[in-house]
Amino acid sequence: MLQRIHDLYDELERHRVMLSFKGALSPELVTALLGAVERRMDLIEQDARTRKRVFNVVMECLQNLYHHNSNLTIGEGVPEASTEPHGVVMIAQSDQGYQVLTGNFMAGAEVDRLKGHLDRINALPPEELREFYRETLADGTYSKNGGGGLGMIDIARKSGGKLEYGFVPYDKDNAFFSLNVNVTT
Amino acid sequence: MSAFFLEGSPKTPHVNFDPETGLLELKGRSIPENSIDFYKPLIDWLDKYGRSPQPKTALHVQLEYFNTSSSKCILDLFKKLEGVRATGNEVTVLWHYEADDEDMLEAGEDYAGIINIPFKMIQIEEVDGREA
Repeated sequence: MLQRIHDLYDELERHRVMLSFKGALSPELVTALLGAVERRMDLIEQDARTRKRVFNVVMECLQNLYHHNSNLTIGEGVPEASTEPHGVVMIAQSDQGYQVLTGNFMAGAEVDRLKGHLDRINALPPEELREFYRETLADGTYSKNGGGGLGMIDIARKSGGKLEYGFVPYDKDNAFFSLNVNVTT
Repeated sequence: MSAFFLEGSPKTPHVNFDPETGLLELKGRSIPENSIDFYKPLIDWLDKYGRSPQPKTALHVQLEYFNTSSSKCILDLFKKLEGVRATGNEVTVLWHYEADDEDMLEAGEDYAGIINIPFKMIQIEEVDGREA
């Protein structure tokens, strides 16, 4: 077990991981994680625009984890209901910039809608993405948390690249959603 | 009616709405998990203000970050002010952005394209800083 701690550290170090977390999320923890990212970015990134973009992407991704979550954890490989949202997040430096990886369980019934939304975003060049953002902002509809479908569009705009994603079906009601956002510098 | 004042926090902006001068300020960060709860009292206040507004109203928006959960709520603030303007009063939004923050300038332009109020884009050195 002790060796595994070192191996884990070594692995995270080799992948230039700035922050990694897996577990239950609360608004207070989201604030603390954002604070850690901000302090780290202040030290390592000279370009203010990149610093802000990374912070924005991490913020939206963490709030997605918090809101769009079917509150499951894995006990012995079997999903278990929990009272809190659970997820995994990892932020790493890459040759092109920064990588923000997140994963969480979500309602299986929502998968097709989310996949369609992400494919639509990925198909749009930057100017049309901005237009899609404006239309969605102005359309007068609200989701229960207020974002109204703007989150992924904003993440894509700030990333400057395509959103890489995957769904792993888990059981009849749930799927695991993974998102990899590259913020290029 | 009384002024609306809120201290800023790591996730919510400093708010200072003064009905005597028509000077409204929203400054700092707006990244709460649930923006609807945070913005409801601000929107209610503007609703009331709109019944007997000052002839000139200026909203200063000086945000370092805002999340998409806040975006539509901020649009609702602007819509309330659009109503104030529609009744013959002068309304201006002064949208502050840091010199290197093109994304925040674009965000202001996005609102200006949707809302029928004159926007003035003001470049500053840094949020909480002076005008450039």
